[in-house]
Amino acid sequence: MSNLKSINIKFLTLFCLCIILSTGCERELSDEAEFATFPKVGAIFTDTPVGLGSNFYFPFGPGPDNPVGSKLDAFSVDGSVSYEGSASMRFDVPNATDPNGNYAGAIFRIDGSGRNLTEFDAMTFWAKASQAATISEFGFGVDFEENKYQVISQNLELTTNWIKYTIPIPDPSKLVEERGMMTYSAAPINGLGYTFWIDELKFEKLGTVAQPRPAIFDGEDRIEETFIGNSYTISGLTQTFNLESGLNQTVSASPAYYTFRSSNPEVASVNQYGFISVISAGSTEITALLGNVKAKGSMKIESVGEFVSAPTPTEAANDVISIFSDAYTNVPVDFYNGYYEPFQITEGQDDLVINGDNIIKYTKLNFVGIEFKNPTIDASEMTHLHIDIQIEKSTILAEDFIRIEVADFGPGGTFGGGDDSSGSVTITSADLVGGSWISLDIQLSNFSLTSLNNLGQLVFVTDGSATDFPGTITDLLVDNIYLYK
Amino acid sequence: MKFKTMNKLNILSVRKLTNISFFLLITLAAISCEDDNQTVVNFEQLVVQDEFDSDGMPNSDIWNFDIGTGINGWGNNELQYYTARPENIQVQNGFLIITAREESYRGSNYTSAKILTKGKIEQTYGRFEARMKLPWGQGMWPAFWMLGADIDVNPWPGAGEMDIMEYRGQDPTIVLGSVHGPGYSGGEAVTKSYTLQNDRFDTGFHVFGIEWGSDFVNYYVDDVLYNQITPADVPGEWVFNKPFYLIINLAVGGTFVGSPNNETVFPQTMIIDYVRIYK
Repeated sequence: MSNLKSINIKFLTLFCLCIILSTGCERELSDEAEFATFPKVGAIFTDTPVGLGSNFYFPFGPGPDNPVGSKLDAFSVDGSVSYEGSASMRFDVPNATDPNGNYAGAIFRIDGSGRNLTEFDAMTFWAKASQAATISEFGFGVDFEENKYQVISQNLELTTNWIKYTIPIPDPSKLVEERGMMTYSAAPINGLGYTFWIDELKFEKLGTVAQPRPAIFDGEDRIEETFIGNSYTISGLTQTFNLESGLNQTVSASPAYYTFRSSNPEVASVNQYGFISVISAGSTEITALLGNVKAKGSMKIESVGEFVSAPTPTEAANDVISIFSDAYTNVPVDFYNGYYEPFQITEGQDDLVINGDNIIKYTKLNFVGIEFKNPTIDASEMTHLHIDIQIEKSTILAEDFIRIEVADFGPGGTFGGGDDSSGSVTITSADLVGGSWISLDIQLSNFSLTSLNNLGQLVFVTDGSATDFPGTITDLLVDNIYLYK
Repeated sequence: MKFKTMNKLNILSVRKLTNISFFLLITLAAISCEDDNQTVVNFEQLVVQDEFDSDGMPNSDIWNFDIGTGINGWGNNELQYYTARPENIQVQNGFLIITAREESYRGSNYTSAKILTKGKIEQTYGRFEARMKLPWGQGMWPAFWMLGADIDVNPWPGAGEMDIMEYRGQDPTIVLGSVHGPGYSGGEAVTKSYTLQNDRFDTGFHVFGIEWGSDFVNYYVDDVLYNQITPADVPGEWVFNKPFYLIINLAVGGTFVGSPNNETVFPQTMIIDYVRIYK
């Protein structure tokens, strides 16, 4: 019997193989192909941490933006609370005033080689909190090395009851060796700490994670008119699945899950990190795939060719107070776009770098403010304001204008302190051209300020919605903003 | 036809098998144990089949359209306007595709399609099945169902209704099979749900069918028999002993499913591979 069976199997295998060979058209594996041999273990925590080794918990700790940092001992195993079994993971979010850490956040990284997660489709767990709470970030794929396959679910809403949560894997085939099993970050609520519990944390094959809808640029189709040497980073990378619950679950995913493509790589190239480099004149469109699904969102790039920098300033450094220029040392600036709500729609700030030349680029410009109030500028010895601007459109209409406002915050040094003065100078269309640099040198006296001792704000206005000045300028490059004498 | 009962593992679906594996199946079948199966089928003779092999509109020898919004959204406060436009219904590449769209059309905010065999194919008893892939998302309500052919003189629910498959887009793993009749209609219908384990109805094709005899209606999904309704199960007259006709539609919104919300993705499609009727 066993002989017969083995012959049958051999015959069938041969039979099938013949068919596969005669119809197969798959590309052959290259010599470099490696086969994953890492454990296909899903469980991360049942009643104890599973297979994480001894040294697996790494809090975020202090950082440049938060010198206090996350509390180092926020995590413990709680033997008195569990959804299933005898214990759960307990996280004590500290009070905001806790000197040992003002939030809770860490990664769980396997102390050793990683796991093969390619046969799972989601991370799942049960969770509850001591009060209704929002965990700002929860996910996996963070290993404090490359963080190559990072996945973050934002604003996880916990209740005081156990609820099962599902964080889908954007493309499981990528996770052949993953060490970053879990990451979380949770802030106090109104300054006060609380506790949350996680149980039965694991990777699972649910089979019901479906209808993938990846996106780049948050699903927007962007258009950029730009120059050789400019670069962009693809942002807004998300993957959305529909879950068994019928709900859509969106996670943010790292670039490594995507395949990026430039329709004309000779105009702009895009690398595996989603970094776009404009290299010649022409048009191209940047798109992406995630697991063979085309991502919503794109960037059309119209490269006009070589970028001509603004004229290099010639004033002696001793005669200049510089706000924004690569030619001088700049004073402290609070921001190059105040995003004043609700009327300002302008986007962009000092985020354009072309061949090492820092440039301010505003888009959707109606008005925008630059503030330099910490400290304010004493311009009492200065006579002129210099600004280089380039309007990014070819035809200037009669109603177009650029108004420059300067505000002095007065002896109080704060905006709205009752001692402010401000004034403006308007450049009308007669003095504007499109597509090339315009150097403005405006006498400070023209702003009619009561004082020049506490300059704190510079505003550009092109207000396209104003009925008296229906200007149409929306895209503006700015460079070399400085005061001089 | 043989069905595995629900408490047994559903190991193989014949529909998924290629010719190669069919060869293997014959070998497996020859040695497999028959105890797991339950013979319930009496209808083996194919009388009508639509394999949707001709591109264009569905075969008018078999199908009629319902057009418009009916009365009170076809009695269910449904939100769609049914059309016979190719935007909403067409046969393409061997499939009937019904597409629900979000668009302003003759006073409705959604369009879709509904076809029925009324006056063309009406039959008493038999096996009625279709292989379909369903849409997804809040507010999607596809259905494959039957009404008593005397409905014009014997108003619902008196004429009787057999729902071979109903589904809510927000429950992508669950279908329902029901009968409605006098004294057990609408929310009081005799119904049972079937939940697909570790799979969904919107990611692949599944066979939905009934076996209807003089004193039973058996409901199956793929090769799983999940419900049998007999006269003893209905709290009223058994009206399923006269000709019925078939209906396939994709409703949007309505009492059964609720309205779409801003998470619902449009357009949505219900894709039908075949409809087969046996006696």
